[in-house]
Amino acid sequence: MSLVGNTPSPLNTPSPLVPAAGSQQLLARQAAGRPWAKLASRLFSLLCLLCMWTCLAALFLLLWQIFSYGWARVSLDFLTKSPSQIYPEKGGIVSSLVGSIYLIGLTALFSVPIGVGSAVYLEEYAPASRWRTLVQLNIANLAGVPSIVYGILGLGLFVRTMGLNRSVMAGALTLTLVILPIVILSAQEALRAVPSTIRQASYALGATRWQTVWYQILPASLPGILTGVILALSRALGEAAPLVAIGAATYVRKAPKNLWADDFSALPLQIYNWTDQSQEAFHEAAAGAIVVLLTVLIGMNALAIMLRYRFAKRVQW
Amino acid sequence: MASLPSSPTTAKGTLSPGGFRWLEAAIHGLLVACAVVSVITTIGIVLVLLSQSIPFFRQVAPLEFLTGTKWAPLFEPQHFGILPLFCGTFLVAGGAAMFAIPLGLGTAIYLSEYAAPATRDIVKPLLEILAGIPSVVFGYVAVVFVSPLVRQVFPQADLFNALNACIVVGIMILPMIISLSEDVLRSVPRSLREGAYALGATKLDVTLRVIVPAALSGIMASFILAITRAVGETMAVSLAAGAEAKLTLNPLTSVQTMTAYIVEVSQGDIPAGSLEHRTIFAVGLSLFVSTLLLNVCAQWILSRMREKYE
Amino acid sequence: MSTDVVISDDRASSRDPRMNETTPPLPTVKVSASTNQRETPSRSADEMAQQAKKVVAHNVDFYYGSHQALHAISLEVPEHCVTALIGPSGCGKSTFLRCLNRMNDMIEGTRVCGDILLDGEDIYRRGTDVVELRKRVGMVFQKSNPFPKSIYENIAYGPRVAGLRKRAVLDEIVETSLRQAALWDEVHHRLDDSALQLSGGQQQRLCIARALATDPDVLLMDEPASALDPKSTAAIEDLIFELKTTYTIVIVTHNMQQAARVSDQTAFFFEGHLIEVGATNALFTKPTQQKTEDYITGRFG
Repeated sequence: MSLVGNTPSPLNTPSPLVPAAGSQQLLARQAAGRPWAKLASRLFSLLCLLCMWTCLAALFLLLWQIFSYGWARVSLDFLTKSPSQIYPEKGGIVSSLVGSIYLIGLTALFSVPIGVGSAVYLEEYAPASRWRTLVQLNIANLAGVPSIVYGILGLGLFVRTMGLNRSVMAGALTLTLVILPIVILSAQEALRAVPSTIRQASYALGATRWQTVWYQILPASLPGILTGVILALSRALGEAAPLVAIGAATYVRKAPKNLWADDFSALPLQIYNWTDQSQEAFHEAAAGAIVVLLTVLIGMNALAIMLRYRFAKRVQW
Repeated sequence: MASLPSSPTTAKGTLSPGGFRWLEAAIHGLLVACAVVSVITTIGIVLVLLSQSIPFFRQVAPLEFLTGTKWAPLFEPQHFGILPLFCGTFLVAGGAAMFAIPLGLGTAIYLSEYAAPATRDIVKPLLEILAGIPSVVFGYVAVVFVSPLVRQVFPQADLFNALNACIVVGIMILPMIISLSEDVLRSVPRSLREGAYALGATKLDVTLRVIVPAALSGIMASFILAITRAVGETMAVSLAAGAEAKLTLNPLTSVQTMTAYIVEVSQGDIPAGSLEHRTIFAVGLSLFVSTLLLNVCAQWILSRMREKYE
Repeated sequence: MSTDVVISDDRASSRDPRMNETTPPLPTVKVSASTNQRETPSRSADEMAQQAKKVVAHNVDFYYGSHQALHAISLEVPEHCVTALIGPSGCGKSTFLRCLNRMNDMIEGTRVCGDILLDGEDIYRRGTDVVELRKRVGMVFQKSNPFPKSIYENIAYGPRVAGLRKRAVLDEIVETSLRQAALWDEVHHRLDDSALQLSGGQQQRLCIARALATDPDVLLMDEPASALDPKSTAAIEDLIFELKTTYTIVIVTHNMQQAARVSDQTAFFFEGHLIEVGATNALFTKPTQQKTEDYITGRFG
């Protein structure tokens, strides 16, 4: 931004949106007449390019450090053994891995029908009314609520009031609420992308609202909805804060058997626990767990990106 | 299945429904119920936060809570002034924004104004991957890689310090700033650029004097949303910034944010229902209100911008 | 599910007469031959007067929010005739058409006053089932809008949502409808291909076939040929001529030659008012209103 100061201002109009004709001419003349205006422009583009490379470098550096540090720890043993608080170099991640799988499975089970249902309601059923505006506004705001606040809600509602304790069920319900706004918003976008001609054709043939949604709109928007769902679930998979807030254990030896009662841990919680220790060996174990977590997450992301890309290519209404 | 046998009874010649469409009505009801879940969530958040905060504020005067400069609820003598937590939170969020905003805006400008479509097609998915990395991983990075680095440059820095957190949280909010700002930059009408280019203006002139000002409110909104995200950021901050609630602006010392405090208490053995435990609801309420205000502000700016262009 | 069987049998038998007419050997040859010769000439005013009034609109006003798009439209559509609605763009002809099967209900903030009767029944009466209405009043849109599914599924969709499940009956309906739309010969060997692979003209005929598959009484066509090349347009016009023996057709067109070619009755709309309506021959040769004359002689629009 400092370049602005260095460039003699050819434009003194306060609103560059609609420059007056006179100053436009001034702008043109000056731009053509300043050989170093081109240089400044070139420098600016390099500066922006540098910004982009810095961001990418941060990503690569981060991934490289983690993978080079943690890769050695990943093995079949690491995936199938229980964690150890005494011999971190020997322990595995099986209990939290299984916990995470349960957690995500249940979260998907709850969040997909409710999220897609809400989106269908808002896009296809609800007439423009104050009620719809309210619900929409509410969802937009929920999307910005920090996840730990959902954790406090889960603590009060699921753990205490519903008596689910620190079970997988309490965790899954909490995570469902965390990702629900994301699922709804992305599903709405996918539904909106279905051309209205399809709706009209279906209604004109005497289809009811639900028939139109079920036979035409949902199939047409499925790839888009799926993309959003995958991204939302990958968010849930990496989420630790709400689970900490409901009091989930950051370390358990055994995977939960009873989803309604047993204490459980999840991969991000195990990573948190190990990172919080000061010994090097714990950090290595954490890096190993992160490698596992990131591999799954990047895989999910890639799947979502591919789906969206193919969808964009295929659909030309 | 989804259709109702109405044709035989009504036959042709009458437009009255052959019967109430039960399935349609039932599905409609179900969908309304789905939509109501999100409304209930909001109500639930408010109710849960208030149900424990109100008893808390009966014991601790709200004024003391909001203006006290010392936060030590877990030790004798107890102090319940939230300002140090606020200070820590905004020190981290502000620090993160300070370098994420220029970097993010620069990248967004590059992607929207300079980059070839092929570059964009590669970079945007990569940024999405960056956005998908969980916060606890950033916490790990802060502790294991960033902290030693910071202490090499600033030997006087605490092991856990605000700067650690600023750096990783900054990286975390980068993708958000980039994608939101890029969207608004690209939404600036073509005609505006072409008009300026036709006059022989350089790309720099067009970008900084035409496009960025036109998209300014949207860019501002993206900054606010990113800062909101940083304020609510939990795991990375609680791992990286330490756990000392301090009223300081020195990024090299250990600080505590609102979120990190909630984590600290959640992990301890403080009995539920005690005054100490209720602090997390009071802090949670403060966090909820601050992020809500920031959010509403950003949405207001965005909706005004949309009105301008539609 | 037993009710479904009853329906399907019922429907199949009700369709029988038409099927016998079209399914015997080389029916398509007969269809195309007859269309080329145009055995059914335009109906005269007297002939139309003898037909039952299929649709009657009385004093219809229509509002988009506070903007009034239609002013007191009164129009009678005789059965088995083609009624053309003409007028410059924005004159309300499409809006009126979409009132006839209540497609405007889907646009938020719209309002209708006045009565529209289908076979003497008010379609805007409270308690009217729009789903039933739309089964009886089919519609073809300006831009062909096949579902992104196979040709077969496109045609079978209407009967399916009406509760028809029997594959054999569906097969018959698909064939009959495609034959009626003069598309069978072109697509019968690839019914499972995506409908989006068809050419523009074929897609539009597919949409017509799709509308016919629900066995409607009335067919509404909103500029069905405006996006097509002359050859496809001619095919569609032939089709309209053929179809009016079975259906009552209301067509919106901005093309006056087309209106003159295909319709029995023409209604001229201007700025939301119905200026003039009459037998097509009469309206185009001896318009009674100055506005109509100006329009059909090309002075504006």
